[in-house]
Amino acid sequence: MAEAAAVAHDDHHYTSTGLNSWKLGFWTLIGSECLFFGTLISTYMVYKGQSIVGPFSGDVFDIPLTTISTFVLLMSSLAMVLALDGVQRGNRKLSMAWLGVVIVLGATFLGFQVYEFNHFYHVGLGLDTNLLGSSFYVLTGFHGAHVFFGVVWLTTLFVMSARGKLPPSKALNVEIAGLYWHFVDVVWIVIFVLVYLIQ
Amino acid sequence: MSVATESAATTHDAHHGEPTGLWSWITTVDHKRIGIMYFLTSIFFLLVGGLEALLIRIQLFKPENDFISAELYNQLFTMHGTTMIFLVAMPMAVAFFNYVVPLQIGARDVAFPRLNALSYWIYLFGGLYLNASWFVGQAPNTSWVGYANLTSTQFSPGLNVDFWVLGLSILGVSSIMGGVNFITTIINLRAPGMKLMRMPLFTWMTFVTSFLLITALPVIAVALIMLAFDRFFSANFFNVAAGADPVLWQHLFWIFGHPEVYILVLPAFGVISDVIPAFSRKPLFGYPVVVYAGVLIGFIGWGVWSHHMFTSGMGPIADSFFVATTMIIAIPTGVKIFNWMATMWGGAIRFTTAMNFAVGLVALFTVGGLSGVMHASAPVDLQQHDSYFVVAHFHYVIVGGILLGMFSGLYYWFPKVTGRYLSEKAGAWHFWTTMIGFNLTFFPMHFSGMFGMPRRTWTYQSELGVQLYNQMSTVGGFILGISTLIMLYNVLKSAKSGAPAGSNAWGAPSLEWSIPSPPHHYNFPALPEVRSREPMWHDDERAAIEAVTLAHPAKEPEMPGPSFWPIVVASGVTATWALVMTGVWWVPLIGLAYTTFGVFMWAFEDPFKHLESSH
Ligand code: HEM
Ligand SMILES: [Cu+2]
Repeated sequence: MAEAAAVAHDDHHYTSTGLNSWKLGFWTLIGSECLFFGTLISTYMVYKGQSIVGPFSGDVFDIPLTTISTFVLLMSSLAMVLALDGVQRGNRKLSMAWLGVVIVLGATFLGFQVYEFNHFYHVGLGLDTNLLGSSFYVLTGFHGAHVFFGVVWLTTLFVMSARGKLPPSKALNVEIAGLYWHFVDVVWIVIFVLVYLIQ
Repeated sequence: MSVATESAATTHDAHHGEPTGLWSWITTVDHKRIGIMYFLTSIFFLLVGGLEALLIRIQLFKPENDFISAELYNQLFTMHGTTMIFLVAMPMAVAFFNYVVPLQIGARDVAFPRLNALSYWIYLFGGLYLNASWFVGQAPNTSWVGYANLTSTQFSPGLNVDFWVLGLSILGVSSIMGGVNFITTIINLRAPGMKLMRMPLFTWMTFVTSFLLITALPVIAVALIMLAFDRFFSANFFNVAAGADPVLWQHLFWIFGHPEVYILVLPAFGVISDVIPAFSRKPLFGYPVVVYAGVLIGFIGWGVWSHHMFTSGMGPIADSFFVATTMIIAIPTGVKIFNWMATMWGGAIRFTTAMNFAVGLVALFTVGGLSGVMHASAPVDLQQHDSYFVVAHFHYVIVGGILLGMFSGLYYWFPKVTGRYLSEKAGAWHFWTTMIGFNLTFFPMHFSGMFGMPRRTWTYQSELGVQLYNQMSTVGGFILGISTLIMLYNVLKSAKSGAPAGSNAWGAPSLEWSIPSPPHHYNFPALPEVRSREPMWHDDERAAIEAVTLAHPAKEPEMPGPSFWPIVVASGVTATWALVMTGVWWVPLIGLAYTTFGVFMWAFEDPFKHLESSH
């Protein structure tokens, strides 16, 4: 009986490439997301410098500040790697600590973004002010929403870990969340370079 | 002991056997049932879209008719086009992806069964939401391409465009998830020995289509998001007064829209590439060429979008580039047509209804392809643009190509799905009324177009001299309507009392024909081993495979259990989008909270928990 069950289980996990389906599916989704952000970024580039009324990007962007928040997000990717390592090794303290760091850094990035949006709004750049306002807020807003979603996801993993429900056999959950997190990070680097640095 | 084993066996059966009843269908995650649900839903929308087409045709029966108002006319053709593309043609292909692909590659299900259910429910709810616009009298009215400026709040203040932009973005979510699911399934769940170059062509074309889905839909999604932000939050993406360029919409729309044409047509090509060899009793001629041509079409489909924009003033250099790339895409398509004909050449052809539709496709699609090449040339297009010539062209492609392909697939796989044949007699009626009605409807449109009848106008003057052509089109349209009813009758009747079909109803070569009809819910008791491209046509290979696939398993394979969280999430997504219409920013958050709840419940549900008691 037990043997039969084992056999059935075995061909359950059979895949023709040997790759895990969740991982593969997630890579596919990321491919799709690349086109999503690609289109948003292209729109921003097409409309760059086309606004008729101000404020213009030179009037509002604060590059040193955004550099800090970019650094924060980059560091969170590093912490993510360490968190995965902790889970894979079955070291609960380590994994919880690093997951916690990722969450805090992610939330800090979001804090910077809230501050930035609020500040821009008060110097007169609204969503409806000009082309810059529309394309900037929608692009960075959707990125921010991705970060937010990631923070919620990681928080779930943190809680699971705290309850001892994240053994090494479930490291894949963290790995996929990590893939997502790194992707969101890379997208931000592209945005930071194209939107903030090259004006 | 024996008593204990027996009762264990009974509970075991209760858990693993095919569940019945409405609730089991609603909560199903079985790809076969989801495929059937996709099919029936797309047929329902075909009737809706067909009704809209017939109302248009009645209006155009005579010059200066006042059967319907200009405003209603706009709603009718917009909803007709939107319905036919997004609620009929695409989902009907997805119905076949669902049912057939896992069987063809020797898989028990798709890679993500619950995600698959979610795709279906989002499609259904999105389609219903889009059509709810009729009940408030504000159906979308800016055509299925929704060109910018016309869709701004300034020119379209009502709810019409809101329904359109929100409805389509819901449907896009469903398609992207479907694409991810099928790519993963085809890469990862092939039975041992099922190499990529041994896959049946239908699976291959599903694969290419899925790539087009995950790459083309995000682009239109962004365009729709931008339009929604313009409409609901006064953003400026398409606001010319703020310096925006409305042609941006056209670019984004057609970067999606042209690949979309291939999203629609490649599955149909896949169907007939399976059907023609099966009924010619010969392997597909030049299999690798047909595969590569399909992949190539997928690639080139990306580089030709601007042939839809010759009249938008891009300049001669851009125009020439897109003329050239567009002409090039005719080459792989022509190659395929040759391969189909070469397959039939010298074959032992059986003209069943499935085969008739496949051959009909080749003929009609060629006509549509030729008229397409005609207006791929920019100067010619300037003449024909937005005339009925274009309407004739794309109906030859989408009805003559896509819909006939889907009908061919219906007759071909129906015995697998139900264990019964569709009536060939009713099938012949269906086929011939379709051919006659179709050509009578759309061939005269070439002429009314050339005589200068513009599309998307609710009436015409008698001086134009196109009345006779329009009357032919209207009569043809009704014949097409009747043909659809014949099909429906055939499906409903034969599902109950059709002639019984064995496991291999047609003596066809691929793996789905090695298992019983209808298949068990677990498809394959154990995974078969494949050694060639036509496993069922090589006697020793067939015997080996059937020994595995027709066996009764000692223990039934464990399948993921039913779940109703996909419906919760799908209804949440639809509600969130619909609540955006209130225009109050926080109201959709209610829908979002409900969706999040559903996602969490889903994430922590163990798909195999229904099995626990039997262990
Ligand atoms: C009973 C069969 C059909 C008839 C009689 C019919 C008739 C028409 C007519 C007269 C128009 C032109 C409206 C106008 O430009 O003023 C039209 C547009 C269109 N049709 Fe059909 N049609 C049929 C089936 C289909 C099918 C099966 C599809 C797709 C699978 C389809 C897709 C479209 C599209 C995309 C448009 C363009 C709508 C727009 O301009 O926004 N049609 N149809
Ligand atoms: Cu095109």
